[in-house]
Amino acid sequence: MRRQLNTLYVTTDGAWLRKDGENIVMDVEGETRARLPMHMLQGLVCYGRVMASPALLGHCAEHGITVSFLTPNGRFLARMEGPVSGNVLLRRQQYRCTDDPVQCAAVVQHLLAGKFFNQRAVIGRALRDHSEKLAPEDDAALTHAYQRLSRIGDKVLGELSLDVLRGLEGEAAQAYFGVFDHLIRVDNPVLRFKGRSRRPPLDAVNALLSFLYTLVTHDCRSALETAGLDPAVGFLHRDRPGRPSLALDLLEEFRPLMADRLALSLINRRQLSERDFKVMDSGAVLLKEDSRKNVLVAYQERKREELRHAFIEEKVEIGLIPFIQAQLLARHLRGDLDAYPPFLWK
Amino acid sequence: MMVLVSYDVRTLDQAGARRLRRIAKVCQDFGQRVQLSVFEIEIDSAKWVAVQNELCSLIDPATDSLRFYYLGKNWQHKIEHVGAKPALDLNAPLIL
Repeated sequence: MRRQLNTLYVTTDGAWLRKDGENIVMDVEGETRARLPMHMLQGLVCYGRVMASPALLGHCAEHGITVSFLTPNGRFLARMEGPVSGNVLLRRQQYRCTDDPVQCAAVVQHLLAGKFFNQRAVIGRALRDHSEKLAPEDDAALTHAYQRLSRIGDKVLGELSLDVLRGLEGEAAQAYFGVFDHLIRVDNPVLRFKGRSRRPPLDAVNALLSFLYTLVTHDCRSALETAGLDPAVGFLHRDRPGRPSLALDLLEEFRPLMADRLALSLINRRQLSERDFKVMDSGAVLLKEDSRKNVLVAYQERKREELRHAFIEEKVEIGLIPFIQAQLLARHLRGDLDAYPPFLWK
Repeated sequence: MMVLVSYDVRTLDQAGARRLRRIAKVCQDFGQRVQLSVFEIEIDSAKWVAVQNELCSLIDPATDSLRFYYLGKNWQHKIEHVGAKPALDLNAPLIL
């Protein structure tokens, strides 16, 4: 079983990262600020003006430490990749499968079933935990969305046309994000959700969601690469240069638990307030630098929480679930599993 | 698991000083310096065998000594720090 290792996030402007023996060392203006052994790490994420020495990048490539570079706002810029590794037969099988509409639809069905189930679970949890505090109209809206998601989830497993499946996804997104605002329990008008917007996010909740999705994508991509799959060739998301389509496919199942649910906790527990966001002239809303650290801490802590994985029937850390799902997908492509078992959050 | 490594090296001659540097380097590669000649190394047991071997090959058994304290998996409760220079928790979220 793979061990869950830590991810190092570097947000210090002008940091210079270098390798010293088996250590990663961070210098700022010629002064060493931190030093840590690399065998404890599985990922390195750099925000903004962060430099890394070639020796360090080479060591990371050799030891399977994923390195991503993001803009100060968390938009993905580049990743560093070592020699192409993994099983070429598995990757070929993946390409064949994504080209075949029937096999492709079979995977997409299960991916989406997982996504709808997990979205429903987010709403279900709010209904269960806060039903006495909910206004009757909120309660009705949430219950309606819950039932709607159940119906869509039932439909998805019998459907083999990719276009219809994408249509169902749109319908589910509408049902889910239509009531997302009801899940926010603070009264501040700045922290309300007015529909999904991205590139740029137009309100605080969207800014937070987009930032979290970037983090989960980073983890999904390394998970797929670890399992020997090509993160760029997806089932639901079609190929586009520079887009990690398969990572985005895998992300669909985890959005509700690892990002949406976490965003709601951060807002509802008042760990974030309107002061943590800034509005740009263009109308885009961004997370402030210091607040991003709080979100990163919360995300790392969430990943260490344990829950029971329904398919493998084991207790696992949330951060490991993308790796397990990537393994299961690889097994399905190899033909060891009849269908891809999505991750279901209960 | 967590291993606490401490060492004593006789540094009256140049060879001793070299041994001291080399031991410190190996310890630092895999762990964290918590005091001048004390390191905390969190490592899996397979890797530890290699590291331990290397350390043992570096000392001169006639004059130097190495001590390993195995704190096991639940080491967090077994360490208390007072005073300056607290160690970095490598398992906590790492944001620099």
